[in-house]
Amino acid sequence: MAYRLKINGEIHELDVEGDLPLLWAVRDYLNLTGSKFGCGLAQCGACTMHVDGVATRTCVLSISQAEGKEITTIEGLTSVAGKAVKQAWVDAQVPQCGYCQSGQVMSATALLESNSNPTDAEIEAAMSGNICRCGTYSRIKSGIKLAAQAINAVEVA
Amino acid sequence: MNPDRFNYKENFVASRRSFLKASAGSGVGLMLGLNLSSSAADAQQSNSDPLLEYNAFVSISPDNKVRVLIRNLEMGQGPYTGLATCIAEELDASWEQIVCEHAPANTEKYTTPALGAQATGGSSAIASGYLDMRQAGAAARTMLVAAAAARWNVDAQEIVVSEGLVSHGSRTASFGDLAVEAAQQPVPAIESLSLKSPSQFKFIGKEELARKDAGKNDGTATFTQDVKLPGMLTATVVHSPRFGGRVQSFDASEALAMRGVEHVFNMDTAVAVLAKDYWTALKAKKALKIEWDDSDAEHRSTGNILAAYRELVEVPGTAAETAGDADALLANAADKQELVFEFPFLSHAQMEPLNCVAVVNGNKAELTYGCQSHTQDQAAVAALIGTDIKNVTIKTVFAGGGFGRRANPHSDYVLETVRIAQRLPGIPVKLVWSREDDMEAGYWRPAYVHKLSASLDNSGKPEAIQIRVAGQSIMEGTQLADRAIINGIDMSSMEGLVGLTYEVPNRQVELHTTDVGVPVQWFRSVGNTHTAFSKEVFIDQLAAAAGADPLEYRLSLLAGNEKESEVLNFIAQKADWFNTVLPDGWGRGLAIHSSFGSTVAQVVDVSIDGNDFTVQRVIAAVHVGTAVNPDIVRAQAEGAIALGLSSALGDEVTMTDGIVDQNNFHTYQVLRMNKMPDVEVHIVPSDAHPTGIGEPATPVIAPAVANAIAAATGKRLTRLPLRLV
Repeated sequence: MAYRLKINGEIHELDVEGDLPLLWAVRDYLNLTGSKFGCGLAQCGACTMHVDGVATRTCVLSISQAEGKEITTIEGLTSVAGKAVKQAWVDAQVPQCGYCQSGQVMSATALLESNSNPTDAEIEAAMSGNICRCGTYSRIKSGIKLAAQAINAVEVA
Repeated sequence: MNPDRFNYKENFVASRRSFLKASAGSGVGLMLGLNLSSSAADAQQSNSDPLLEYNAFVSISPDNKVRVLIRNLEMGQGPYTGLATCIAEELDASWEQIVCEHAPANTEKYTTPALGAQATGGSSAIASGYLDMRQAGAAARTMLVAAAAARWNVDAQEIVVSEGLVSHGSRTASFGDLAVEAAQQPVPAIESLSLKSPSQFKFIGKEELARKDAGKNDGTATFTQDVKLPGMLTATVVHSPRFGGRVQSFDASEALAMRGVEHVFNMDTAVAVLAKDYWTALKAKKALKIEWDDSDAEHRSTGNILAAYRELVEVPGTAAETAGDADALLANAADKQELVFEFPFLSHAQMEPLNCVAVVNGNKAELTYGCQSHTQDQAAVAALIGTDIKNVTIKTVFAGGGFGRRANPHSDYVLETVRIAQRLPGIPVKLVWSREDDMEAGYWRPAYVHKLSASLDNSGKPEAIQIRVAGQSIMEGTQLADRAIINGIDMSSMEGLVGLTYEVPNRQVELHTTDVGVPVQWFRSVGNTHTAFSKEVFIDQLAAAAGADPLEYRLSLLAGNEKESEVLNFIAQKADWFNTVLPDGWGRGLAIHSSFGSTVAQVVDVSIDGNDFTVQRVIAAVHVGTAVNPDIVRAQAEGAIALGLSSALGDEVTMTDGIVDQNNFHTYQVLRMNKMPDVEVHIVPSDAHPTGIGEPATPVIAPAVANAIAAATGKRLTRLPLRLV
C-alpha cells in the first residue's frame, strides 16, 4: 500500500507495509541516516524526530500513524532553536561517539521551542528519555543553556 | 611475578622509532611515514625492499589541505583531535587546514606501539602517539622548509613556519603551494628532528580547539549503521537463547514468503535472514520457527554462579602474589577486618548495536565498520576465508561507542558477518544486531566475588592482607593469553590488587579462575572495574576501623607513591576535604586508583533519603601527564564517571536457567540525565609524557559513592549495583 509522508517539507510516497516504523522508512527508504537506531522500544531516544513539533520516538511509530503529520528529521532541522542547538553542541563540545546526539539535538530543540528558558529540572525531565552511554549529560545540559541564551538574544534583538 | 607486567610503558619505551620514509609521487603531494616496526633499521638500508611498507600519517595536497591518517578508532575518546593536535603542533599548521581520516587496516604501518598491534585500547592512543605524531609533523615541516629554501635560494634556518604559512622576509608560501616540491626533498633522519619544548606549544594543552570528529551535531557523521552499498542486503540473526546452543532444525517457510525477504541461512549457532531492508529482515526473523539443541549450553542462573563464587573465596586459590606470611598473621589476629564483594555481569550497551558491512568475493573480503582491532579482525577474516591478510581490506568509520565491546578477541560479530557474506559472493551484506541481540550475545564483563581480609597493627595500619578473587578469565583463549596469563593467573583480573599501592608488609593474593559458559571480555578499564572497588572500599573500612580520616589514612600508606600522594593532596585542596561541612543526611566519600599510567581521585557527595541515595556532586582530579587536549581529558573523565556511575547505580545482567533476563534498556537500567550529578574535573598540572584518559576515571566513582554512603549511614555496601536495602 502507498503511504504519503511529509518529511522536512517534502512529500514522499512509499509503497510499503503500514507497520514499517517511521525510523526505518526514513533511514532505509529515504536514505536520511541522521536519525539512529538504538533500541527499537522507544527506550533510548536515538531515533527522535519532530512529529507535528513534538519530540517523538520513531522506532515505534508506524508510517500509517505518521501519515498526514509534519515530520522533521535532523537533516531538516533549520529552525532558530534547531540551529542554536546544533551550534551549541559544537561550542560546548558535547558529542563523544556521537551516535545518540541526533536524538539529543532533536529532543533539546523541541524543549527549547516550547520553553526557551528551561530550568535544570525541566531539562532533566525533557532529556531523560535520551540515553548517552558516553555520559555527555553535563555537556548536553550546558549545551541547552548555551542555545537558550543564543535564542533569547535573537528574540531580544 | 611482575605486577607491572601490564604497564604499557614497558612496551612503549622498548619500541624505538628509528627512521622516516617518504613516498612521494602518490598523487596527493607529500606523503610521510613513520615506520615503528622492529625491521625499521634494515629497511633504512634497503629502501627498495618490496616487503617493507612505509607508514603514512601526513599528506599535504596542493589545495592546502593537510590530511592526517588516524590509526586509532574514533569512538568518542578523541584520537582524531588528539593525534592531529600532535601533528599540527610540530608541523605549525593551521588547525582549520587539518582533515582527519581513519587509516586503513595495515598492521605494519599503523601498529599502536603500546599494544603491539593495530588496535585501539588500553587508553593508549595519545600516550602511544604523542612522540610518533609529533615526529611525523616535524619531519613534514622540515621538508616544507627545505622546499621553500630551495625555491627562494635562502638558508633554511632563516625560514619561519606559522599557522600553515612558510615565510622568509616578505616572501610567503602556503603548505599547498609547496606540497609538490616538498615531496621531492630528502626525508630527514628522525634523530635530526628537534621537537618543541612545552613552553613553545601552540596546540598541545590549548583549551579552545574544535574537535576533528565533526558531523556529530547534525546527523552527517557516518557510522556503520549508515553505510549503504549498491545491491546491499541487510542481515538479521537469531542466536541461541542459551550460550552454547546450536540450531537443531528450523522452519523458514513463513519468513521466506514475506515480501522483500531474500534468503534464510543456517549458520549452525544462529539462523540468518537477509532482506532488502532492516524492518523486513527483523519481521522475518520473528517469523522463524527454530528448535535449538542446547544440550551443551550453559543452563545455570547467575544466582547459582555467584553463590559458587562466594564459596570459592572461602578457600585458598592460586597464589598471584605472596609477601611475608599474611595467612598466619590473619589466623592469629585479634582485630580482623573482612569484606566480601560481589560484581554482576555487565553489558557494554554501547549506543550503536553491533553491526558490520562485508563483501566477500572469492579470496577477497572488503569490510566497512567501526573497527577497533584491525590486526585481530583482519587476521581472523583472512583465516576464515582462507586467504592472505592483504586480501582483507577494512574501511573504518565512526563507531557509536564501544567501552571495550568492539575489540572482541574472537572477532565475533565481524566473523558472523563474513560467514553470511560468504554465502552470497559479491553481494554486500550489512549485519545489524538488534539491541536484544547485542545484549544477549554476551561478551560481558564477567561477574566476580572478592574477599578481602586484613589485620591492623597497634597504630591502626594494616600489617597483613589476604585477597581472594573468583571469576572468569577474560584473556583465556585469546591472542593475548601468552602475555596476560602468567603461571595460571589472568593478571587482568588482579590489576590493582597484585602490587597494592598501599603499603602492607604481608600480602597473600589469590585467584580462582572459574569455568562458566558465558562469553566474557574486557569492559572500559578492564579488571580495574572490580579491583578498584574492593581495594578502595576496603581501605576506607580499614581507615574507619583505625579511627582515621580516610584521606590521611591513605596518605599514610602511600609514602612511597609520590604520584598518588600528589593527587590526594591536590584533590584535598580542590574539594576542600578538611573543611567542608555537608548538609545533614549527606556523606562524602573518596577513592583513588591508578591505571593505564594515570592516577584519578574522586570525592563524591551523596544525600540519603530513607532507603534511597542521590549522588549530588563529583569532584575529580586526574593526573595524565601532559593533557594534550584538556577539554577532551575533562570530557573523558566526565564520561567515564557517568559509565562507572551507571554500573554503581543500575547496570546488571542476570540469567535465569541460562536465559538472559535483561535485553534492552527497559530492564538494563543505564544512567540517564536525571541521575547525572554535577561533575568537576581538575587536571593536575604536569608536563610529563601523556598517559591514558579513556578509561582511568571509570573505576573510581563506584567506590567513592559507596564510601560516601558509608560516611552518611555507617552502612558498608559491597555489592554492585549499590542498594541500601
